[in-house]
Amino acid sequence: MLKVNEINVNYGNIRALKGVSLDVNEGEIVTLIGANGAGKSTLLKTLSGLLKPKEGTIEYLGKSIAGKPAQTIVKAGISHVPEGRRVFANMTVEENLELGAYLRNDSAGIRQDFAKVYELFPRLEERKKQLSGTLSGGEQQMLAMGRALMARPKLLLLDEPSMGLAPLLVQTIFRIIEEINRDGTTILLVEQNAHMALSIANRAYVVETGKIVISGTAEELQASEEVKMAYLGGH
Amino acid sequence: MEWIQQLVNGISLGSIYALIALGYTMVYGIIKLINFAHGEVFMIGAFIGFYAIGGWGLSFVPALLLAMAVCAIIGVVIERVAYKRLRNATRIAALITAIGVSLFIQYGVIYIRGAQPEAYPNVLPSKTFEIFGVNISSQSLLILSVSIILMIILQFIVHRTKMGKAMRAVSFDAEAARLMGINVDRTISFTFAIGSALAGAAGVIFGTYYTKIDPLMGVIPGLKAFVAAVLGGIGIIPGAMVGGLVLGVVETVVSAFGYSLWRDAAAFIILILILIFKPSGLFGKNTREKV
Repeated sequence: MLKVNEINVNYGNIRALKGVSLDVNEGEIVTLIGANGAGKSTLLKTLSGLLKPKEGTIEYLGKSIAGKPAQTIVKAGISHVPEGRRVFANMTVEENLELGAYLRNDSAGIRQDFAKVYELFPRLEERKKQLSGTLSGGEQQMLAMGRALMARPKLLLLDEPSMGLAPLLVQTIFRIIEEINRDGTTILLVEQNAHMALSIANRAYVVETGKIVISGTAEELQASEEVKMAYLGGH
Repeated sequence: MEWIQQLVNGISLGSIYALIALGYTMVYGIIKLINFAHGEVFMIGAFIGFYAIGGWGLSFVPALLLAMAVCAIIGVVIERVAYKRLRNATRIAALITAIGVSLFIQYGVIYIRGAQPEAYPNVLPSKTFEIFGVNISSQSLLILSVSIILMIILQFIVHRTKMGKAMRAVSFDAEAARLMGINVDRTISFTFAIGSALAGAAGVIFGTYYTKIDPLMGVIPGLKAFVAAVLGGIGIIPGAMVGGLVLGVVETVVSAFGYSLWRDAAAFIILILILIFKPSGLFGKNTREKV
């Protein structure tokens, strides 16, 4: 579904990604784990068109999307839930969700997806008239995910959905990610919480200083001594 | 009862300030630039209305719509030519460019048509109504109603239409807006178009009300509208409306008390006071630093 081949990306004057290649197959949950500043968010931003790769190719459903504007990529079916949620705090929950469907004109389909998102996140329906800036961190994460789903993506990019959330809430969010995946949306998940990420993923890549250093199935990585030492807290 | 009349005059003047202030505040909201060329768009609007009414014999409303349409295009061209490439430059560079554009338009118009002032043709019926013992001119009422209608349309666009929602999204977080598939460049152009159209309308209204226009007429109302936008809280649309009205009323009251020479000073005293005591403006919240 997604084929990233040897991309180099600069972030300001820093080379943030050096020859990164990865694949995501339809229906999978693939996770990228790694420390702060390893280049995970840069990779997602490049996939969603916020950054342009200097070299290399990105192929999505057989077409090149490297360097295309963000709206083209959203239209093609890739939605990105950014790090830190980035909900429009000056607008209501409902308006945020409407903006998620910005490029769509099928009002019947949009209504269906509203219902779907509210079913997935009942809290959002209770608060639909509330300004999203007044929501709690967990609710904002739900809103950011719901907003991305309103574009009806085939591939969902999630950047640190667990950041700053209480452990119980993290479990809820991860359960919902699995549910979204079961409904047929492919997921590329960036996480620092490697333990949680590997528990739901099919495959994983480990990123270190702009390079992919390890890749394999989630089970392989969970068993790997190197990954255990560096990312799963020893033992 | 004279003070009610003064109040009505003040509100009429204030609604002109408010229309100009809206453009300042919308543009600031979306690209954090004080567009000092905005007063010149207002001036161009006044001249287009003048030629449309005096030269081609249009009546008030068609002239108003024509001025709005031309100013919208001029606003978009200014943004595309002068500001777009500076979007990632320092704010001071963009500000200096805005002042440059302002001077360029002022002296461009003088170069093309000369610096002589013009007397605005009389297009509106000037009757005086007596309501509860207060004399109100039909012109004040018309100006007020046109301004109110335009502001209602603006509120509708900003809150109910897709483009308006995109504007609010881009002004809050442009990168997140791009992730929604919003075309940020087009949204910024649209914002300039709307703000400039309102300035153009204000130009025609100003011309019919004060009857004298000239190529440098945009400077003082432009600055006053800027004060109005800061007074209401720059970037906040209802703030610009209220700021404009307050400023118009204050100026008229100052004149009415016999200090008409101090009229302009009053506006800038307000600016100084607001910058000292509440820099975020009447409607502004204390700015939160983005984490």
